[in-house]
Amino acid sequence: MPHDDHDHPHSLLPPDPALRVKALESLLEAKGLIDPGALDAIIDTYAHKVGPRNGAQVVARAWNDPEFRARLMEDATAACAELGFAGRQGEHLVAVENTAETHNMVVCTLCSCYPWPLLGIPPGWYKSDAYRARAVREPRQVLAEFGVHLPEDTRVHVWDSTAEIRYLVIPERPGGTEGWDADRLAALVTRDSMIGTGLARVPA
Amino acid sequence: MTRVHDMGGRFGDGPVRPDPEDAPVFAEDWHGRALAVTLAAGALGQWTLDRSRHARECLSPKDYTAFSYYEKWLGGLAALLVEQGVVTRDELAGRAEPAPSPLSGRRLPVAAVPRVLASGGPTGRDGPTPRFAVGDRVRAMRPARNVAVPGGHTRLPAYAAGAVGEVVLLHGCHVFPDTNAHDMGEAPEPLYTVRFDAGELWGAPERAGDTVSCDLWESYLEPVA
Repeated sequence: MPHDDHDHPHSLLPPDPALRVKALESLLEAKGLIDPGALDAIIDTYAHKVGPRNGAQVVARAWNDPEFRARLMEDATAACAELGFAGRQGEHLVAVENTAETHNMVVCTLCSCYPWPLLGIPPGWYKSDAYRARAVREPRQVLAEFGVHLPEDTRVHVWDSTAEIRYLVIPERPGGTEGWDADRLAALVTRDSMIGTGLARVPA
Repeated sequence: MTRVHDMGGRFGDGPVRPDPEDAPVFAEDWHGRALAVTLAAGALGQWTLDRSRHARECLSPKDYTAFSYYEKWLGGLAALLVEQGVVTRDELAGRAEPAPSPLSGRRLPVAAVPRVLASGGPTGRDGPTPRFAVGDRVRAMRPARNVAVPGGHTRLPAYAAGAVGEVVLLHGCHVFPDTNAHDMGEAPEPLYTVRFDAGELWGAPERAGDTVSCDLWESYLEPVA
C-alpha cells in the first residue's frame, strides 16, 4: 500500500537539511549500516570521475567513426560499454541524433532520470519543477531560455525518460571541424548539448 | 488520481534557470552526502528502486514543493528506513541509543563501491512476447493509475493518459514498476517507446509536428484500429 504517513519520519529529523543528512549518517554508522569511507568514495566518483566528459567522448567518436556511430544508434548500451561507460543509471542506453530536420531533447517529468555513466549527476535545472513541467509542453520556449533558437522547420522530439531507458543526445557536428581528431572534437561537446538544451560549440 | 511529482505539462513554474557548464556537481557539501547516504542505504537491499521512488512521491504535496531535490531524497530515505524497520522512530528522533543492526553484514564496504556503481541494476528480464510492433498505433490508458494499488507507483504520466501515439522502439521486457514498488514482484512485461504528436497531447502545440515520447509498459497500452 502507498504510505501516506501524515506523521512523516523526516519530521523527526532536524529541519536544517545539512543537519538532517548528518543525523541520518551518524545513526546509520552507529548501527553498523554504512561505512563513511564508502560515502566518500561515492561522492568522489560523481564529483570528479564520472561526468559529461564521458558522454563527450562517445559523441566525438560517433562524429568521426561511422562504424561506431552505426553501433551506437543500433545498441547504445553495448557501444558505450566499448568505451568503458556503463553502470548505475545507465543500464539501458539509447542514443538519439540531432540533424538539420530534427532536434532531440531529454527530460524526466516524473523525477530526474539521467544517464549517469555518460553525464554524471544531473544539473540543478534538470531536476527543477520548471524544467520537468515545461519541457514537454513548451520545449521551444525552454530552449530559448538556454539561448537556443531553432529554425521553424526543425522538428522537436522530446524524450520523457519514464522507464529505466536513459537517453543521450548526439548533437550536430559543427562545421569547420573536418579532419579533427576525437579529443579535439570532444572539447566542443557540452553537457547541455547531450541533453538537447544546447548545441555543440562552434570552433572559434 | 495523480501525485504531486507527476508535473509534466503543468503551467506556472516560471523560467528554467540554466547552470553554467562548469558549476560544481554538488552545490552544497551536504548534497553529495545526501546522495551517498541514499545510495549506501539502498545497497542494504531492503527496498527496490521503484519503492524508493514511490517513497519520494508519497511526500505530501506541500513538502514535495517546498523541499529542494536532495531534501526529497532524505524525506524518502527516512520513510523507507522506518517502514522497513531498519531504524526506529525513536532512533531517528535521537530519543533512543542506536541499536546494532542485524543488517550490518550487508553494509557497503568502501572496496565494493566501484563495482556496485559500475554494475548498477539492469531491469531487463525475460518475459512475454510483445503484443505491439514498431509502427503500431496505441492508446495510453486513461486515467493514469496503478491498477492494483490506489495511489500506487506508476510510470504513465497523467499528460499522456488517453492519448494515441505510435510505437517507435521496443526494449524487450522490463521489471514492471507498478508491482515492483509494492512488494508484488517484478512481473516483467514488454516496454515500448511511444511517440505522441504534441497536438494530441496539448491541443494547441507550440509547433505542429513536434512530438513527445514516453517509455510505457504494455499494461498501459491498448491497440488502436
